[in-house]
Amino acid sequence: MTSLRVFFLGGLMSYRALFAFMSPAVFIPTLIVTPIFQILLFAYIGRAAHARSDEFYVVGNAMQYAAVPCLFAMTQTIAGERFQQTLGYILVSPAGRLPLFLGRSLPVILNGFFVAGFSLIVGGLILGVTFPASSLLPLALVVLIASLSCTGLGLINAGLGLRIRETSVLSNILVGILLIFCGANVAISSLPHWMARISSWLPLTHAIEAARAVAGGSSLTSVQGLIGRELGVGLIYALAGLAIIRFFETQSRRHASLGIA
Amino acid sequence: MIQAARVFWMGFVLHFKNLSASPFMMVTAAIWPLVYATLAFLMFRATHQAPSLLYAALGAAVMGIWSTTATSAGGAIQQQRWWGILEILVASPTRLILVLAPITTAIAGIGIYSIVSTLLWGRLLFGVPLHVEHPLLFAVSIPAAVISIGLLGLVLASTFVVYRSASNLAQALEYPVWTITGMLIPLSLLPGWVTPIAWVLAPTWGMRAVRHAAIGGEVATPLLLCAALSVAYAAIAAVLLHHFERLARDRASLSLT
Repeated sequence: MTSLRVFFLGGLMSYRALFAFMSPAVFIPTLIVTPIFQILLFAYIGRAAHARSDEFYVVGNAMQYAAVPCLFAMTQTIAGERFQQTLGYILVSPAGRLPLFLGRSLPVILNGFFVAGFSLIVGGLILGVTFPASSLLPLALVVLIASLSCTGLGLINAGLGLRIRETSVLSNILVGILLIFCGANVAISSLPHWMARISSWLPLTHAIEAARAVAGGSSLTSVQGLIGRELGVGLIYALAGLAIIRFFETQSRRHASLGIA
Repeated sequence: MIQAARVFWMGFVLHFKNLSASPFMMVTAAIWPLVYATLAFLMFRATHQAPSLLYAALGAAVMGIWSTTATSAGGAIQQQRWWGILEILVASPTRLILVLAPITTAIAGIGIYSIVSTLLWGRLLFGVPLHVEHPLLFAVSIPAAVISIGLLGLVLASTFVVYRSASNLAQALEYPVWTITGMLIPLSLLPGWVTPIAWVLAPTWGMRAVRHAAIGGEVATPLLLCAALSVAYAAIAAVLLHHFERLARDRASLSLT
């Protein structure tokens, strides 16, 4: 019962704290306006290059933008505690680490889901891309899974935040890597072989492929392999993230470096 | 006049050095343009109808100049506020525009790193030829682009002098300006109503000057328009700064807003 309280209430409080400073004046330009213009930029580059259809870029970039809230917000749940000088109090508490940090990831996943879903709908409307009604629920599921696996990568970033100060720089680099490698704008089949091999181990890659298939009319069962791989990748990152958090927590206690990293 | 030039130059050098030491700015200036350059190379080389890879490299490089400006120039005043020196700067006998213009120009100037990194990246990884058609004009067009974009940043900074969320609003302009100023997309592909907006934005002419100097084409007109827009931006910023400075003094809200 205590773990459940830590999971839900701790996660909710952390989310509210995050948005205490992430006001609408920050949220709207960053997570509402920017993804729409990212979609437009790449759709028009695609037109200039005579590359792919608008639908390709709408789905790819909307899904990819889930990485921004998932990486930055998840990282901020630790970096923000340090900034507020409350990280030490949290880590000396007897609360289980699993509910503590996974609880914080739940609102982040829902936020990523909202941002990607909104971008998909509005970006599609602007560019005249329509999705079959039967694909909307499966698409929503794929977007949710993409947000989940991105948050797994965010957990790793959050763990590294116990050791390094420049977490926003690291998040920026990770978002850039995902933008190139996950197939949002260049199909995996068009990437050089070594890049394609890396892609299959990154979050979003399989979800974007699944979303494109579903948006094109494929059934959910036909992409269950892709969804399974996306979940698997997300799970691996989440477990690695929790392990890194545990490792750096121990290290920071040993070296008394929690507040100064 | 000489004193004003000295204040501008010293401010520019100081802030350029300061910004060069910031990991965030260096990632924005030198790493992020590589992301866009890589994507543009991969997208453009997949088809034979796409513009050349040098076109893409130059586009991504100027994107870097605008990127640093949009992410940081809008918040330039807020930054001084955080450092606790805004009131001192406003109270100093030097005009506020002469204090802020070097900051926003230095922020755009950091974009020089993006030009170097993007062209090297394209050459080393994608074999993009670095033959510049008019080397002298190329050397002139880069500072012209930087100064005009930096002064556009000054307009943003002065517009947002009384708002705390200024930098976030300015950041939201990053993608729209990339999209409509012809950095990677020819203006002819965009809806017609976009063109007049693009004309009053310095990145349009800065991009055109740099690209024409490198690939070939008329350079004088875009260079002149960069200069004209720089003067216009400086005049607009002077008026806005004067107005908002007086407003902030009246409300005694300079350090609070």
